[in-house]
Amino acid sequence: MPKTILKVESLKVKLEKEDILENLSFEVKEGDIFTILGPNGAGKTVLLKTLLGILPHEGKIKWEKGIKIGYVPQRLPFMKDVPVSVEEFFELKKIAREKTKEILDLVGFSGNFSEKKMGDLSSGQFQRVLIGWALAGNPEVLLFDEPTTGIDIGGEETIYTLLSKLKEEKNLTILLVTHDLSVVSKFSNFVVCLNKCPICQGVPQEVLTLKKLHELYGEEIKFYGHHKH
Amino acid sequence: MNSGAEQLIFSLIAGVFIGGAAGYLGTLMLSKRMALVAGPLGHLTLPGIAIALVWGFDVSLGAFPFVVLGIIAIWLLEMRTKLPMEALTAIVFASGVAIAFLFLPIEQAETALVGDISETSFGNMLLVGVLCLALLWTVKNIYSKMTLINISEDLAKSEGIDVRKYNLIYLGAIAVIVALGVKVVGSLLTAALVAIPAATARNLSKNLFQFSLFGLILGAVSSLLGILVFKVTGLPAGPMIIIVATFFFLVSLAFKKY
Repeated sequence: MPKTILKVESLKVKLEKEDILENLSFEVKEGDIFTILGPNGAGKTVLLKTLLGILPHEGKIKWEKGIKIGYVPQRLPFMKDVPVSVEEFFELKKIAREKTKEILDLVGFSGNFSEKKMGDLSSGQFQRVLIGWALAGNPEVLLFDEPTTGIDIGGEETIYTLLSKLKEEKNLTILLVTHDLSVVSKFSNFVVCLNKCPICQGVPQEVLTLKKLHELYGEEIKFYGHHKH
Repeated sequence: MNSGAEQLIFSLIAGVFIGGAAGYLGTLMLSKRMALVAGPLGHLTLPGIAIALVWGFDVSLGAFPFVVLGIIAIWLLEMRTKLPMEALTAIVFASGVAIAFLFLPIEQAETALVGDISETSFGNMLLVGVLCLALLWTVKNIYSKMTLINISEDLAKSEGIDVRKYNLIYLGAIAVIVALGVKVVGSLLTAALVAIPAATARNLSKNLFQFSLFGLILGAVSSLLGILVFKVTGLPAGPMIIIVATFFFLVSLAFKKY
């Protein structure tokens, strides 16, 4: 039985007097690929930041003692304002050059890639560098916020293949925020559906019923099969 | 009384220190999209400069408390009103200018507005040198963490960086450089002293190391050449420094790498 590495009980987050998250309780086990699914504005990113200890909250968040957490944020819009090379980006975290090369190799880059400017990278390359950056602290858990926003389908596939590989090789636990249903069903073993308060949670194939999805996204959600013309 | 040559050397040394420190800190401010903040803060120093000129003490000493007050006022108003920082800065600096002109002697308005570094004493140069070295040391120590904060506060916080603490040190550094900057280029042109060398450095640099180094060098060289041009032509040093910096910026456009 895998051990519990995170326990959340009756979590409530209020930002500027507005309730963003309410009544949220769940557990994450070691080795889980745990997804947080919900529409825009559901509080997914807020949840991730609260778990990181960045935002104030009520209720309990209990991480396993001494656990190392890596964080891959959703977007870094100001990166273009700072002329920082890939290598220097890792130096901001005091990662030595040799180790940077190793990590870049792990996320699929080689040669002189480390001299490139972060602002010049494609969205897919950028995301892989961010994953490498999070991995540089040798985390046991990775927190991911919408890892494939702004990336085309081929790039998405690369990211998720990379994540699967890393999970196997490094025995990582992954917490993933997404609004992409296919990612949840293909990739994760546990899902929390969230729209400010929890709508459902459990194994995706069991809990993601049409009724629950309507509840989560509203009645306008439709599923398209193959049509004959 | 210092001789003309000695005075020139003191002015050059003080100018190079202030220009270099401003250029270096300017690279951080440009990354944080705050390069223009030095402008309003510079204007805000006018009442302090006016008091210093009336009472006959160093303009930087007069300017410093007003910059600090200005930063605190903007910070408090931002928390209270939720108005954007730029609007608050405009309100605060316009009030500063208005108050200054109530008692700024008109014959000394030029010194207040465009600076005067031509009469730097040895003691003054020494003080400027020590302050600038302390400033450079401080900025160098916060540079990596501030860069990460500039890229993403969340990412910085997730690394356990105390963002408030570093922002406070950073604002303190801005207050010092603005107070020193008004001595060289006056309250009107302080923004240019931090913004232009940094913008030029950005055009020329391939990475963060080059960016910060070029900012420092370009700031120092612009000051040096500006003061020399003043010595040769008699044109005011403050505006000449900015014109030299602008010239470098225009040249850098031909080599733009970013």
